[in-house]
Amino acid sequence: MSEAGGVWQAAYIVAALSVVLSLKWLSSPVTARRGVLSGEIGLLLAVVGTLLRHEVISYEWILISMAVGAGIGAPLAYLMPMTAVPQLTALSHAFGALAAALVGTAEYYRYAATGTPVTGFTMGALVIETVLGYLTCTASVMAFGKLQEIVPTRPMTYRGQNVVNLVLLAIAVGLGVWMIVEPTPAWVFPAFTGLSLLFGVLLILPIGGGDMPTVIALLNSYAGAACAAMGFALENRLLIIAGAVNAASGFILSVIMCKAMNRSFANVLFGAFGQVQTTNAVAASTKPVRSATPEDAAQILGSARKVIVVPGYGMAVAQAQHKLRELTDALTKRGVEVQFAIHPVAGRMPGHMNVLLAEADIPYDKLHEMEDINPDFAEADVALVIGANDVVNPAARHDVNSPIYGMPILDVDKAHTVMVIKRSMNPGFAGIDNELYYMDRTLMLFGDAKSFVGEIVKELPAVA
Amino acid sequence: MSNDLEVSLYVLVLAVPLGLELVRRVSPLLHTPLMSLTNAISAISVVGAILIAGAGDSPELSKVLGCIAVVSSTINIVSGFLITDRMLKMFRKKEPAK
Repeated sequence: MSEAGGVWQAAYIVAALSVVLSLKWLSSPVTARRGVLSGEIGLLLAVVGTLLRHEVISYEWILISMAVGAGIGAPLAYLMPMTAVPQLTALSHAFGALAAALVGTAEYYRYAATGTPVTGFTMGALVIETVLGYLTCTASVMAFGKLQEIVPTRPMTYRGQNVVNLVLLAIAVGLGVWMIVEPTPAWVFPAFTGLSLLFGVLLILPIGGGDMPTVIALLNSYAGAACAAMGFALENRLLIIAGAVNAASGFILSVIMCKAMNRSFANVLFGAFGQVQTTNAVAASTKPVRSATPEDAAQILGSARKVIVVPGYGMAVAQAQHKLRELTDALTKRGVEVQFAIHPVAGRMPGHMNVLLAEADIPYDKLHEMEDINPDFAEADVALVIGANDVVNPAARHDVNSPIYGMPILDVDKAHTVMVIKRSMNPGFAGIDNELYYMDRTLMLFGDAKSFVGEIVKELPAVA
Repeated sequence: MSNDLEVSLYVLVLAVPLGLELVRRVSPLLHTPLMSLTNAISAISVVGAILIAGAGDSPELSKVLGCIAVVSSTINIVSGFLITDRMLKMFRKKEPAK
């Protein structure tokens, strides 16, 4: 590297430190916001440092491009409702990955145009950067589509799917190796790009909506790896550090999530969640269920001693968290103990429920993780399930044929009474029927979660 | 192997376990903000984008691609950080109440 600019090098070193500290500080709610600030400073220093480098000689277009990017990014973050955070992350991710891929492409054509001799190592880094960038881009768009329900959330599978995917990947890798070994004809790079883009789409097709959070974490990891590869291609160690830290953290996060669902990585990527479900769903719809009115629910809740609330994605969709806070306050005032049980994969991102309940000012010492609260269900008078489905499905414990068999669940069926607020009997995100709804001790409260909880709050004072 | 490359490889092998350790300790409460934060940080690719877009010896095609890359990585940075901040504001809001 050149000795001409001590300033940008110093900026890069501080930027690298800021990025690392940013992740460290995000590990506790007390320092989390400092973590974000540190991350922002890190990225800002990286940008400013880069602009100061003497290789960079034209600024107008860069600054215009940054203004355009900020102009699109800011409204995106502010206009999306809080419930759409997973989609937004996926979408934002698609842009980041596209950037990495385009940089790889631009470098390739710069080397081609200037006739610079390229070592096999640099070309290898460039190939990895490009393939990861493009496939992460289209995969993120697909993940966005599935979460936003533009693309069907059900796994799409066909015979020989894995073979087709592997063959495609093999061809892409083959083209990549060819580019590393010797200069290739002009069609090779575009073909390589096309295959990478296509592979990203095919990778997500067989993955069901329920696994999307894991996939987003994994894609995060790929984007990090693409940045690290870019760092090798451009001999830029800031990119290597930030990219590698990112790749590692995304990877470990998806491993943590897989563990929470008791699934292996290979299972998430190739397993195609829920092929068995159709048979289950048909058999189930004819069974009788017990339903109840808001008055009944208020009666039971008002006379309970201990209530455990289990929120799920349905609560997020209905924006019921504020009404739920009112209900919690009203019950607490009556001397009812209210706790919240948060399944590790409730909602569509880990921690999704925590964010929404925090938004509604529910103190986080009332929120409990699965391992901590599961023993308490046996002594709870009421388990109130709001828009959660798969994470409370007892089939995960005993039905070997169920696609979610083996996933740890919240033991709501152990509670004295189970109340489930749900729009209809339609199966949940993973598309599996839930035997919990047909138990004798279960009351189904049909309706919109927000208005139903609101009505319970209204009825509560009438309860003696 | 050149000296530069050797140093880069050292950096890589140290950064990977660092990333693993940093995240292993994050409480599940913060997994969603963590995801969007790492999402924003992965847009560090903006560095490469600026280098390509601003370099004097880049052909037109590379410059155009570089500028598009600057636009999209900036979208990622801005939306990633803003959404993380929006989420964390909610966590902080009730600390005085506790």
